[in-house]
Amino acid sequence: MLELKNISYNVKDETTGRRQEILKNVNLVFNDKNISVITGPNGSGKSTLIKIIMGLEKPTSGQVLFNGEDVTGLGITKRAQKGFTIAFQQPVRFKGITVKKLLEFACGKKLGIDEMCACLSSVGLCARNYIDRSVDGTLSGGELKRIELAVAMAKGGDVFLLDEPEAGIDLWSFEDLVRIFDKLRDKTVIIVSHQQRILETADKIILLEHDKISSADKKDDLFALLTRRPSTCWREVKEN
Amino acid sequence: MERTDSELLEKIADLHDVPEGSFNIRKNGKLLARNSTTDIEIVPKTDKDGIDIIVKPGVKNKSVHIPVILTVGDFHDLVYNDFYIGENADVTIIAGCGIHNDACGDTEHDGVHTFYLAKNSKVKYIEKHYASGDGQGKKEFDPVTKIFLKENACFIMESTQFGGVTDTTRKTYATLGKNAQLLVKEKILTDGNDRAVTDFKVNLKGKGSRADIVSRSVAKGNSVQKFVSDLVGKNECFGHVECDGILLDNARIVSTPKIDAISPEASLVHEAAVGKIAGDQLIKLMSLGLTEHEAEDAIIKGFLN
Repeated sequence: MLELKNISYNVKDETTGRRQEILKNVNLVFNDKNISVITGPNGSGKSTLIKIIMGLEKPTSGQVLFNGEDVTGLGITKRAQKGFTIAFQQPVRFKGITVKKLLEFACGKKLGIDEMCACLSSVGLCARNYIDRSVDGTLSGGELKRIELAVAMAKGGDVFLLDEPEAGIDLWSFEDLVRIFDKLRDKTVIIVSHQQRILETADKIILLEHDKISSADKKDDLFALLTRRPSTCWREVKEN
Repeated sequence: MERTDSELLEKIADLHDVPEGSFNIRKNGKLLARNSTTDIEIVPKTDKDGIDIIVKPGVKNKSVHIPVILTVGDFHDLVYNDFYIGENADVTIIAGCGIHNDACGDTEHDGVHTFYLAKNSKVKYIEKHYASGDGQGKKEFDPVTKIFLKENACFIMESTQFGGVTDTTRKTYATLGKNAQLLVKEKILTDGNDRAVTDFKVNLKGKGSRADIVSRSVAKGNSVQKFVSDLVGKNECFGHVECDGILLDNARIVSTPKIDAISPEASLVHEAAVGKIAGDQLIKLMSLGLTEHEAEDAIIKGFLN
């Protein structure tokens, strides 16, 4: 179980010099064997929350508890070793590091073609066409995004943080994405997304706004929550 | 062969034993071993130090090893090697030089290599430079590579400088005929107070000629690297130069490009990017469980791969 206790995060505004509050007293519980989707308007702190959970950012105050252990002070490497796994919104490009090498870093061992095939076919890619390619600008945004997910799956772990996993992935391969989430049903999965089809896979939906967090465990309750929002864009989420 | 010799030969030419086919192994300015074959003839020069390597027309899928090792201090080795590649030949030439200097005096190897490629011939030229030894003396390489490509000839150069080389000035000059191709991949790693200068001058003379020069360098410690390129397009041609550098510690990289399209049909491109390892690359690898140091090493290895 992952628990966020009174997490606040603020940064200094470069122009005004004032502290700007990104997150304020966030209290959330993410249960084992549970998929939670965090949604909310741009700038509401969704990605920051993911970064705090992974150890990329330190909260200004508050605690991150994993199975009762306070991991707030642990860095990225230690959290990764404890079973935290992240797939970034914008996959990182590397000159010279191949897909094979990245998968091997993720697994911490050498991989055979069958193992790489299993990793990449789960995201709809054929290993033979990709393993020797560099993870760089020669791959399309969609390919990089799929590889990012394959690397996260290859690493494994207990807590999966997927930041907008659908970004750059074409609509027809949403089924692949949903299949990936199904494979993670026995983990603690936290997804940042705006997509209705992803929201529909969730066991729990969290609506993050600047001043407020609302959550619902039942889809109908959550969609009711979203469509009650004054902004029309939230209604469109439901209607689309 | 002594242990140091074997280690150096393995580093620079992947040689574990005496190679098959034609080879010429030079140690401390003297011949260590040579084998000349009918397909690839090796003839010692009579007017100066060096050899002529003559590849007969039509010879394909053959290789020639010409490594040089220096294991003493206070030694300056200057050698002239000329390569004559016959029409339609397709060969791999593995050069490279290793220095082991435990002495106070400087050790330097300067190889002046000139390649004459006849019509439709192809050469893959692999050159590795490596130095070891705890001596205070410099471990220096100043190679000069001159390449003359006739119609449809293709020259692929893979040049690698591993650690340990304290000083280097590498000069490469190429003249390309009609539809000729020059592909260069250069990788350089410097550390400490090392100094490395690479200088390319490529003359795209023939119609349809093409040059692609990619340099990747990593500079650590207080080392300084300078990359100079000068592409001249005298005909309908394409030239591309790319210089990518990673800086660590207090190192410095200077890139000076020059592209000169004399012909309005010439298309010449230069790209250069120098900077520290991107923070997001480190974070990505650390999120896979690597420490910051392991992540840095992995990025550098991949970059120079």
